[in-house]
Amino acid sequence: MSFFGFGQSVEVEILLSDAESRKRAEHKTEDGKKEKYFLFYDGETVSGKVSLVLKNPNKRLEHQGIKIEFIGQIELYYDRGNHHEFVSLVKDLARPGEITQSQAFDFEFTHVEKPYESYTGQNVKLRYFLRATISRRLNDVVKEMDIVVHTLSTYPELNSSIKMEVGIEDCLHIEFEYNKSKYHLKDVIVGKIYFLLVRIKIKHMEIDIIKRETTGTGPNVYHENDTIAKYEIMDGAPVRGESIPIRLFLAGYELTPTMRDINKKFSVRYYLNLVLIDEEERRYFKQQEVVLWRKGDIVRKSMSHQAAIASQRFEGTASLGEVRTPSQLPNNSRQ
Amino acid sequence: MRASPVSDTRRLITKPQNLNDAYGPPSNFLEIDVSNPQTVGVGRGRFTTYEIRVKTNLPIFKLKESTVRRRYSDFEWLRSELERESKVVVPPLPGKAFLRQLPFRGDDGIFDDSFIEERKQGLEQFINKVAGHPLAQNERCLHMFLQDEIIDKSYTPSKI
Repeated sequence: MSFFGFGQSVEVEILLSDAESRKRAEHKTEDGKKEKYFLFYDGETVSGKVSLVLKNPNKRLEHQGIKIEFIGQIELYYDRGNHHEFVSLVKDLARPGEITQSQAFDFEFTHVEKPYESYTGQNVKLRYFLRATISRRLNDVVKEMDIVVHTLSTYPELNSSIKMEVGIEDCLHIEFEYNKSKYHLKDVIVGKIYFLLVRIKIKHMEIDIIKRETTGTGPNVYHENDTIAKYEIMDGAPVRGESIPIRLFLAGYELTPTMRDINKKFSVRYYLNLVLIDEEERRYFKQQEVVLWRKGDIVRKSMSHQAAIASQRFEGTASLGEVRTPSQLPNNSRQ
Repeated sequence: MRASPVSDTRRLITKPQNLNDAYGPPSNFLEIDVSNPQTVGVGRGRFTTYEIRVKTNLPIFKLKESTVRRRYSDFEWLRSELERESKVVVPPLPGKAFLRQLPFRGDDGIFDDSFIEERKQGLEQFINKVAGHPLAQNERCLHMFLQDEIIDKSYTPSKI
């Protein structure tokens, strides 16, 4: 969503000072395409330069001022005219005057607060962008550059498992358990379903991940549900006493962190929906909210530590012989 | 809990299953057969009845085995009772076959063998679907239909 920055006579570019070293992250645009944008975190400085190239070097460019803004805004699709800006910083680059030759203006927004994560959803969009403006009498020349912001969290101190007994009186009683209530985006949901009473004819069972985007307030609240994933965990008819394991890897799905009441404008929440389907296609389900959070990329610990964790997984199974840690393998140059 | 770069994906600890539960008969056994159509009566007063045999181990059914005879209009009665009394979305019955009841047909109308066979299968599908519904199982009318010798249409609807 950027203007081309073409006046009749000047080409405007926004260039970041750390463009070489800064990571890019993929983000879906409103029309569903995936594009890469520079990735920023809360508190990071945004600096660079605005470059102006005169198309015709002999023609001067008169202007009423040049500035650059850093904007964080929320846009509700049903109310496009009103952008809710929660971050708005401006730096003046040039007073009204003339540009006689191509030049660049440095800028720096120091330690910018970026309190929310970038989000493009079904009914709402939260974006951050730089906007360079050359004010002119008739029409301004504007160039925008979107960036993507991720909000990071650390392992929550309290992360209890979810364990519940649910059912229909005298027909179906199950106990379900998920190992945590808060999962990071590359986490694994480990759980189990234990059947206490089965008097219906179950055909199969699946677990769905549902994303609910809520926009609006008061009487105008609107929920948009989207089934992100459907994962079959059981095919066939269980009997009493049977335990069905769940192991669902989240990294394979397009998920965002849980966002609660962002700037009082919208929320994005995630639910696990356990669904049992019987022989007559009747559906029995139990929905449970889970909190998703984004973990920062960590520096890899030593290989031997990772090998120790991996070897722990094989405790209690038949011995596979001596486990060789990677440090014992030839040609292991990484440490 | 220490942060670990590799997630622990081991299964949660589960209770071992009782072998009687694992290898015994399942608790969800419910089979209803609709069979043996018989046309009773003479002339204009003829109608066809079907044998409805229930075999089950569900505790909600008073009899573990039962056999009754019902006609199409009894199924219609059951369907309308369930629609009114319960929140169940009741599946449709096989067709009423109005055209077959008109005179001057080349075949036996509603007493035609292939038609009765088709209707019999439709009724079997219908009753199995309905009787397996946990909410329908709470209705007195379903139990009266399946296991009482005679349907008392002036009964008081109630929940089991």
